[in-house]
Amino acid sequence: MIEVVRTGPLTTVQDLGRPGHAHLGVPHSGAADARALRLANRLVGNPEGAAGVEFTLGGAALRFHASAWIAVTGAPAPLRIGGRAYGANSPCHVPAGALVEFGLPASGLRSYLAVRGGVTVEEVLGSRSTDLLSSLGPDPLKPGDRLPVGPARDLGDITVDVAPVPPIPDTPVLRVLPGPREDWFSRDALETLTSTPYTVTPDSNRVGVRLDGPPLARARDGELSSEGMVTGALQVPPSGLPIIFLADHPTTGGYPVIAVLASPSLPAAAQLRPGQTIHFRL
Amino acid sequence: MKVRRAGDAALLVETGDLATSHRLDTAFRDAAPPGIVDVVPGERTVLVVTEPGTDLDRLAALLPGLPLPDDAAGGADPVEIPVVYDGDDLDEVARLTGLSRDEVVDRHASADYTVAYLGFSPGFAYLTGLDPALHVARRESPRTAVPAGSVAIAGPYTSVYPSRSPGGWRLLGRSGLALWDVTRDPPSLLRPGTRVRFVREEQR
Repeated sequence: MIEVVRTGPLTTVQDLGRPGHAHLGVPHSGAADARALRLANRLVGNPEGAAGVEFTLGGAALRFHASAWIAVTGAPAPLRIGGRAYGANSPCHVPAGALVEFGLPASGLRSYLAVRGGVTVEEVLGSRSTDLLSSLGPDPLKPGDRLPVGPARDLGDITVDVAPVPPIPDTPVLRVLPGPREDWFSRDALETLTSTPYTVTPDSNRVGVRLDGPPLARARDGELSSEGMVTGALQVPPSGLPIIFLADHPTTGGYPVIAVLASPSLPAAAQLRPGQTIHFRL
Repeated sequence: MKVRRAGDAALLVETGDLATSHRLDTAFRDAAPPGIVDVVPGERTVLVVTEPGTDLDRLAALLPGLPLPDDAAGGADPVEIPVVYDGDDLDEVARLTGLSRDEVVDRHASADYTVAYLGFSPGFAYLTGLDPALHVARRESPRTAVPAGSVAIAGPYTSVYPSRSPGGWRLLGRSGLALWDVTRDPPSLLRPGTRVRFVREEQR
């Protein structure tokens, strides 16, 4: 069992979310940087979809009441176990009773903790993820919460000492694929999007990354009929400033999507910090 | 039907109208091609989300050959939703429409509805079929909390709030029917294409 001592700005339980229910209005949810959660799980011998903990800008502390193997991935939050520093992307042993502390990452936004056996809070619609848009799953963690850990007996061995992970760039370049509604925009809108830097604004969250920069001009007025939305969509509200949809995005929307992030760029989008400058390219 | 790409793992199919969206949704679920994660009908579209790495060209090529059912609801009976019409906005809707309270209720309770699509919150169904006389704009300032079961209208739609949430729709009444229950499979009583009738209940 893991006891939450401090949480930092936002700490939630996340697995790989609730696919398959979008037609009922249920967001996909799950780890915003799913690649990082999968890696953390593999490092401790878990199935990739086991639930772990997602930290936003670190700042948390957890007390382990039983010994465990853990791995921390994603934004490189300085990790201390029982007061001693440990590296990221590496399985670490936590003795019973030890305090595990997460500092402020020097880059990126979201860090992930996997614990061998997985966090086994109750499932809602097949997932343990906290969905901040629709309030499904457990509430965000608060001091005093206790997280159960599943059994490790049927898991594979821990076989890797450290996984090589490229550093998070200062100015990420995100690749986009035009459409599905690029024809709702003026001819130079896509050119503007892919040639000018945008800045991440502080009102970004797990629903979406809000951006500041040159507005994207519409070629037509009127309202789009509401249609299904994908993770990574760049939805453009009337302000002309695109929003990148992340894990907790609404399932349908009525603003046109000028472009969608290429799948390999989704983890980078989930690691964007307020104030950071980014570039899009085709 | 025009097929658009929504990134590298989804297709957005333009169906032109809601009925075709529902028929294509049903056809897709019946055919169940491999690699499909989600099928999301919209008013004039169906979004098909796939596992990464699924061959989208091959999927798009399947579309013209899919047999569309005549009736997306498969001839199922309408879901009957009992409503006590005592909503906080009845008087305002009457004023906005120039109808009496009773006429507002009669018109709302006598129409046949179809679930267009779900969104806004889990289980929140946008029902089409609302009497045009009842098409009113949403409130200028949304309520911070609308109770679960509230029956409401906005624009061309009516809905029942499946859970407590903020909301800007005009409240006509309330229903005790549990539309949304995460312990049920499926959790939502309503899905795209479901037909719905409201049944007037006396005040209890």
